[in-house]
Amino acid sequence: MRLSSKVTTLLILAAVIAIAPVFFPSSYYFRVGSLIFVNGLAVTGLVILIGYAGQISLGHAGFAGIGAYACALAPVHLGLHPAFAALLGAALSAGIAFLVGRPILRLKGYYLAVASLGFGILVSMVLSNEAQLTGGPDGMAVPELGLRGALKAIGIDLSNTEFWYAFSGFVLVLGAWLALNLHHSPTGRALRALHGSEVAARTVGVDVAHYKLVAFVLSAVYASVSGSLLALQNKFITPDVAGFMHSIEMVTMTVLGGAGSVLGAILGAAILTTLPQVLTIFQEYEQLMLGLVMMLVMIFMREGLLPSITRRIRGRGE
Amino acid sequence: MSLLQIEGLGIDFGGLRAVNDVGFSLKPGEIVSVIGPNGAGKTTLFNMISGVYAPARGRVVLDGEDVTRMPPHLLARRGLSRTFQNLQIFQSMSVLENAVVGHHLHERGSVFADLFSLPAARRRSKASEDSARALLDRVGLGRAAEQEAGSLSYGALKRLEIARALALKPRVLLLDEPAAGCNAVETEEIDHLIAQVAAEGVSILLVEHDMKMVMRISNHIVVLDHGEKIAEGEPAAIARDPRVIEAYLGAQATEAKHADG
Ligand SMILES: Nc1ncnc2c1ncn2[C@@H]1O[C@H](COP(=O)(O)OP(=O)(O)OP(=O)(O)O)[C@@H](O)[C@H]1O
Ligand SMILES: [Mg+2]
Repeated sequence: MRLSSKVTTLLILAAVIAIAPVFFPSSYYFRVGSLIFVNGLAVTGLVILIGYAGQISLGHAGFAGIGAYACALAPVHLGLHPAFAALLGAALSAGIAFLVGRPILRLKGYYLAVASLGFGILVSMVLSNEAQLTGGPDGMAVPELGLRGALKAIGIDLSNTEFWYAFSGFVLVLGAWLALNLHHSPTGRALRALHGSEVAARTVGVDVAHYKLVAFVLSAVYASVSGSLLALQNKFITPDVAGFMHSIEMVTMTVLGGAGSVLGAILGAAILTTLPQVLTIFQEYEQLMLGLVMMLVMIFMREGLLPSITRRIRGRGE
Repeated sequence: MSLLQIEGLGIDFGGLRAVNDVGFSLKPGEIVSVIGPNGAGKTTLFNMISGVYAPARGRVVLDGEDVTRMPPHLLARRGLSRTFQNLQIFQSMSVLENAVVGHHLHERGSVFADLFSLPAARRRSKASEDSARALLDRVGLGRAAEQEAGSLSYGALKRLEIARALALKPRVLLLDEPAAGCNAVETEEIDHLIAQVAAEGVSILLVEHDMKMVMRISNHIVVLDHGEKIAEGEPAAIARDPRVIEAYLGAQATEAKHADG
């Protein structure tokens, strides 16, 4: 029997996450791995928004900022456990995405890009300027999640980097599972339909404004959880998490790897998270090489790395 | 009782009166064709009836309810469905998925159920998939179900749009040149399909340039020229109407002559 693309994707993802540590020469690689998974989670959300629904956002780091600062602030000011602080951040992001998405999703193409960009800038400005609350540009400390201690009590003893590798890997697989479920569901089909032809989607009864908002809110929650995970594992956070560069990075990872494919976008996150480290052998030309790789991929593989490669392999197989 | 009633409908684009003061009505199970030369305003009329354009003047009444300027997705809920002259296919989805999307209104559930792939969501997907397969068989695309829609021929995509529109289980179906790009055999199949659908009680509003087909299957014909209704009546009467022959059939005859020569 042929495995469905959903099962294949999840198996590949889980297998890579589980097996990769065998090849790690040092604990530093666990750290890189968990950063990949955190970015991977954010881009999986963007697959729903960009890949399924065909909408763009250049401000999603704003939601990562909300998720990150929720973990820093809610434990101190509301006495919440950091895990619940992350959930609060996700709920807050969903609410804000709902309010912001309504007016801006009426816009299309670059108008939407600029409006969402404005939203991201707004969030990072607030985080920088409310110094009394957030510590301003210097950032602030984030409390310990505490799950590692709990695991230790039941006999699972992981180092800090190992724990965050495993935990963010787990959350990523969960996020990928949800996004893949969505792809083959009535909601996912409605999203992909309005991507293909808005007018045709409307005439078969798809409430286009509603479904765009659904995609926007879902992707905001992914970005928020990604920001929370980053804050909790770094135990420190600065407004950069909500910054313009972070938003651009998220979109670039998604599009480079293949916005239409969950696995592709995660591959994009893996490449753009590790490539800067690999390219350090080019020393001062590092950024230049990075830019060059990105341009070449987009010129020769417009659908993104993974979809283009699988298409080529299939084409040869036939 | 008429199911769809159009009264004094009109719209302007800049200075151009694209459609002006057009009215007619459609009974259940009736096939009404709108004919007229290129640029007469047929597609524009369809766009106003289906809520894609907001008419500047006039009314659209569906089953007694004033639905003028109602957005397309709400019209779809009231049983109005359409196809497009310039194809509007979901290119990157499979042929089957295109037809499944037509079931959207019957398979809608909560986003939560869809995210977690709950049994209810899977059941709804399965039901619309089965129905979509049956519809694809009906338009002769059953074998192409798993192909990417973008890979089909023009004529096949026309039929895919019909399958998708039928998936809504419409009461009124608007078909904008369904046989364009189809060969003689395919045209005849579409002809049968339309007659069959109408026999099931669906009212059909048809725009088609194939005059033989129009004359054969229409109960009633509305003729547009320069956005105005210049005649309407039974096929036989329309075929004899001198204004119609001049405005449209004549023009086509000239075209045919050019093509022959
Ligand atoms: N969105 C629009 N903006 C401006 N003008 C338009 C628009 N849509 C249609 N028109 C104009 O309105 C007139 C009617 O066009 P329409 O497409 O309705 O004709 P038609 O009868 O469907 O022709 P055909 O047989 O070629 O399909 C044409 O002059 C066309 O250029
Ligand atoms: Mg037309």
